[in-house]
Amino acid sequence: MSSLTQQLPALVVGLPFFSAMAVTLLTWRNRDAAFPVALIGLALCAAASLALSIHIATDGPVIYRMGGWEPPMGISFYVDGLNVLVLAIISFVALVNLSGTRPAVRLEYAGKDGSFYTLYLLCVTGHLGMVITSDVFNLYVLIEIAALSGYALLGWGSSRAPLSTLNYLFIGVIGASFYLLGVGFLYIQTGSLNMLDIAGIIQILGVTPTLTAAFGLIMSGILIKMAFFPAHGWLPNAYCHAGSPAVSLIAPMTTKVMVYVMVRMMLTVFSPKLVFDRGLLPDLMVLMASAAIVICGLMALSAKNLKRMLTYVLITEVGYMVGGAWLGNRAGMTGTVLHVVNDAAMTLTMFMAVGCLSYKFGKLDYKKLQGVFPKMPFTMSAFVLGAIAMIGVPPTCGFFSKWYLILGGLEAGHIEFVVALILSSLINVVLFFKVFEIGFFEPWPEGTDSHGHPHRPAIAMREAPASMVAPLVVSALALVGLGLMNSKLVAIIENALPASLY
Amino acid sequence: MFDALSDILAHKYNYLGFIILMMIGLWAMLAKSNLAKKILGMAIFQSAIILFYISVSVKENATLPILEHHGHGDEHGAETAAHGVQSAAHATESTLQSTHDAAQATSHGLAESAHDAMQAANDVTHSAVNATGDALHAAAQAVGEAAAHGAHAAINAADYVNPLPHVLMLTAIVVSVATLGVALALAMKIYKEYNTLDEDVILEKIRQ
Repeated sequence: MSSLTQQLPALVVGLPFFSAMAVTLLTWRNRDAAFPVALIGLALCAAASLALSIHIATDGPVIYRMGGWEPPMGISFYVDGLNVLVLAIISFVALVNLSGTRPAVRLEYAGKDGSFYTLYLLCVTGHLGMVITSDVFNLYVLIEIAALSGYALLGWGSSRAPLSTLNYLFIGVIGASFYLLGVGFLYIQTGSLNMLDIAGIIQILGVTPTLTAAFGLIMSGILIKMAFFPAHGWLPNAYCHAGSPAVSLIAPMTTKVMVYVMVRMMLTVFSPKLVFDRGLLPDLMVLMASAAIVICGLMALSAKNLKRMLTYVLITEVGYMVGGAWLGNRAGMTGTVLHVVNDAAMTLTMFMAVGCLSYKFGKLDYKKLQGVFPKMPFTMSAFVLGAIAMIGVPPTCGFFSKWYLILGGLEAGHIEFVVALILSSLINVVLFFKVFEIGFFEPWPEGTDSHGHPHRPAIAMREAPASMVAPLVVSALALVGLGLMNSKLVAIIENALPASLY
Repeated sequence: MFDALSDILAHKYNYLGFIILMMIGLWAMLAKSNLAKKILGMAIFQSAIILFYISVSVKENATLPILEHHGHGDEHGAETAAHGVQSAAHATESTLQSTHDAAQATSHGLAESAHDAMQAANDVTHSAVNATGDALHAAAQAVGEAAAHGAHAAINAADYVNPLPHVLMLTAIVVSVATLGVALALAMKIYKEYNTLDEDVILEKIRQ
């Protein structure tokens, strides 16, 4: 048993990868095998990540040596309190979303289940690898693995999807290449690619111009990849036109994982001392984040399509996390990592609910959602729970991370960030109550039955298939669960924050 | 000013080249309206970064990072003392562990005691002496040579270019080829949809 515990970090990344291979091979013979194999692979992966987080919470950080080679030469995985929660949430997000995709995949990717599930599993592998690796070059390769499978999944939607995905690809390549260039500078200066090794060398070196260049390039690459405000243009189109099973996988993962990568770079590779002693830069970043929160909130207000509205809310949340990380204190950093976890769950709930709605309605102009509450009570209850979490109402998880972010903002004296957070909560209230109002109070329009049959009494349910709704309800309830568990999660995160961060 | 410029031109022209190439790629990605040209710009941009990494590993008067065997006609000719000991051990591999001890002893520079140890090894492996005698002899010769030449035949890192950036770029090339492939596949889908690759025309068609 203990030997299995030692192999957990490899299993977390290896299981989805090998199930991707298995899915490809099996679908040659039998197309129906794709879904169960993928489900089993991800269930085992989620179990491994859960076991790993229990192990880390009790025994502290783990360095996993690939093939037994020692770190500076060999490749290693590093798991501590900062990434173990992100690993767990991502594997669970992928599992919950996968269990609800079958009807939608049959509808939107007819006859290509095998390819879809292979790409799905590879995308999950890439994201998990990005979180767990402790090698800066492997991180680049895993960014590209995640991104390439993501492009393929997103380009596979409506007729406009290929064009918006190609634009996403261009931006993604620029972001990843900037990161790669930064790694080059880091390698010139330190001669190492292992994160912990680099951190040790930087401690001795101090600040040099090459390191500053490396830091700038790596940060700008990561900020482009995570759709931080001025570089967010690609995200709404790419997510809007893609199929919903793909978006409800990629939307909760990609931006959140890139935020985690930024936190890892700031805290582990470049030490907090080096990052936060950069004159105006931290203040500027917090200011930009505040602007991102307000401006993208207003853009969300002006969006007419429900999916597009949610993508702008997603960019707002990126602003929360970047701002919190650059506040430079423990509360802000705790809030950021906690929000990475919570926002993944919230985004999953929202996009799965939208997936159920679009399974029934196709295009999602939210003005046309009249009377949808009595028709789809479970979907809409989950949607309301997700919206409440996004607004930040106490029993749900959204409140607690926002609480830490506001606490950090007050502690650092960044009033504009606190104001932006509260304003964004208000914008979210307006945004979601508009949807509730149309869906709950306005009557179901007469004679809109898609088959032309006479209109039936308004109470008859027209819910999406149970296999789609059940995972949605699970993820909505998880929002409350995560909220109730917040003190445990915070304890794990705070243990992992470096002592030099006050 | 002029000095700094000529310094860059004379000694850092490779970096200058990569910056120019990178900017050409970036400009093509941002300014061109034809999607095929944008994709080519992307390929140029990625190649520029690969060239940057290769520039990093270059050293003056350095050669490929491959070790060559160059002894005095002896096929087990040693480059370093340690290497010599190793090949000595290899030569007598078929006999017994005791020879290893001898070889190890020599690696500490104790040539005489090593000789004794080898004699002892000979005694122990008395029954196999005829078969291994030649091998041991060769080993002793190699060890002696290694001891004589070890000091100036050691591997000097400055003689070889750094192999790691090359290995990294092998991976990066695979990644950029894959990206190019996905981009071209998307461009094909776009062409099937709109019958053109000109972004302005496509946007015009979308608006209609």
